[in-house]
Amino acid sequence: MIEVHDLHKHFGGFRAVDGASLAIRKGSITGLIGPNGAGKTTLFNVIAGRLSPTSGRVTMAGEDITGLPPHELFHKGLLRTFQIAHEFSSMTVRENLMMVPPNQAGESIWSAWFARGRIRQEERALARKADEVLDFLTISHFADEKAGNLSGGQKKLLELGRTMMVDARIVFLDEVGAGVNRTLLNTIADAIVRLNKERGYTFCVIEHDMDFIGRLCDPVIVMAQGKVLAEGSAREIMQNEAVIEAYLGTGLKNKATA
Amino acid sequence: MDLLNGLVAFLNFVFIPAVAYGSQLALGALGVTLIYGILRFSNFAHGDTMAFGTAMTILVTWALQSAGISFGPLPTALIALPLGIAATALLVLGTDRAVYRFYRDAKAAPVILVVASMGVMFVMNGLVRFIIGVEEIQFTDGERFIINARAFKEWSGLEEGLALRTTQLLTVVVAAIAVALLFWFLNRTRTGKSMRAFSDNEDLALLSGINPDRVVAVTWIIVAALATTAGVLYGLDKSFKAFTYYQLLLPIFAAAVVGGLGNPLGAIAGGFVIAFSEVMVTYAWKQVVAYAAPGDWMPSGLLQLMSTEYKFAVSFAILIIVLLFKPTGLFKGQSV
Ligand SMILES: Nc1ncnc2c1ncn2[C@@H]1O[C@H](COP(=O)(O)OP(=O)(O)O)[C@@H](O)[C@H]1O
Ligand SMILES: [Mg+2]
Repeated sequence: MIEVHDLHKHFGGFRAVDGASLAIRKGSITGLIGPNGAGKTTLFNVIAGRLSPTSGRVTMAGEDITGLPPHELFHKGLLRTFQIAHEFSSMTVRENLMMVPPNQAGESIWSAWFARGRIRQEERALARKADEVLDFLTISHFADEKAGNLSGGQKKLLELGRTMMVDARIVFLDEVGAGVNRTLLNTIADAIVRLNKERGYTFCVIEHDMDFIGRLCDPVIVMAQGKVLAEGSAREIMQNEAVIEAYLGTGLKNKATA
Repeated sequence: MDLLNGLVAFLNFVFIPAVAYGSQLALGALGVTLIYGILRFSNFAHGDTMAFGTAMTILVTWALQSAGISFGPLPTALIALPLGIAATALLVLGTDRAVYRFYRDAKAAPVILVVASMGVMFVMNGLVRFIIGVEEIQFTDGERFIINARAFKEWSGLEEGLALRTTQLLTVVVAAIAVALLFWFLNRTRTGKSMRAFSDNEDLALLSGINPDRVVAVTWIIVAALATTAGVLYGLDKSFKAFTYYQLLLPIFAAAVVGGLGNPLGAIAGGFVIAFSEVMVTYAWKQVVAYAAPGDWMPSGLLQLMSTEYKFAVSFAILIIVLLFKPTGLFKGQSV
């Protein structure tokens, strides 16, 4: 699905991503782990077009997508969420979802004015879809709440909801679980599995919670210091000496054996 | 009777002028606030964009007049307005292409864009003077008054006359239509909503498939329409002079900041706050107070807080006060 070839992203002299190469298989839920500062978010930013790489290439289903702007990647079905959840704070939760329609291109002011009937119909369909998504995520009761008032965890759910408004092909989730309580985290995990099974979404998930990774992800890719350190099943990864070394003192070993 | 006279004087010299001026400032401030909200910088060239749009409209008006075309009792400039807007839209789109896009792509800090806009301001300033000169130009025609002071006095038997000029009513009506269209556009159309989304959270808007180039272009076109309309209404109400429009930048910014930069409703409220403050502070209240006071008492001074030459000081003072005590403005805008 996605292939990353020898990708570099340097900030001044600092190599945040330093020659990373990896592949995300179509239909997989690939985990991406690594200590803080390993370059995971930066890697996402480059793949998703928010930052341009210093060097290297990214392809999607064989097509070179290196450096394409985010809105073009969106139309190709590549979506992402942010480590710190983003939302349109002044809009309601439902309106937030409705900002992500299947095809936005092509509306002119003229059609907006003269085809108001059709547009109202489309808006209603969009609202229905948004309500289905909220239902799926079990946050229907927040539909009319201003998105800015949601808790961090609820915003994460909303971010996941955005990806459900369109037929995404691959979704990058940055620390979906950070600051999210157990119950919400389970909801998120269920949603990811269902989207993967029922709608064929490919996922790449950054997460620190090893239970979550172990339950959902195969394979798991480990990054450290801007490079890919290891790849394998969650079990293999947790027993990999180099990985344990990279995480030294961060408690992975305890969690892995717990 | 005296109270009625006082009221009429108040309407005539304070209320009506301030409402007309406030509408003009509101339209100007809407343009500034849209640019701030969506392109994220304070556009110092806005006054000169208004001047350019007005100058273009005046040229078309003259052409229409010499071709014998008029708009009956309404000013011919209204027919010329759409062409003035189109010319201004081309100018600002060209400016964006030539200047601002470069800094946007380089992800330059807002302050750099502000400085760039000052450069644009000087260029536009020269352009306008080159095209239409530096003199004061009256370009209103058609019926001058809806209510004429003398006719009003005869009709009412009051000492004070009430005048309502066509351009004053026109200003308020056109401004109301422009604002209604703008809010319909921002709240009801997908393009408008994507502009709001872009203003709210640019990163997320991009990730939601919103094309930034389109948002930027539509924003400039709307700004051109607002600026030209504001400029033409101001010119019809008073007169056109390149230097005056450059000076209008201060009250317009003050209006946008008072209302909360980036907040369209705030810009409108701010426009009226500034207009009323300016008119009330520079008006000589002597006559109104004399009517209101019992008996024949007459205040000895003019009761004018500030002479009209200092009217811009009012905007300046309000601007400073708001920035010091409530930098997000009356309505919550993005913090300055
Ligand atoms: N815009 C930036 N400018 C400079 N350094 C950055 C920037 N973004 C990230 N970094 C640095 O790059 C390194 C990797 O960051 P990041 O990709 O966020 O790591 P992770 O998500 O794996 O925790 C960190 O040391 C961070 O400080
Ligand atoms: Mg990160």
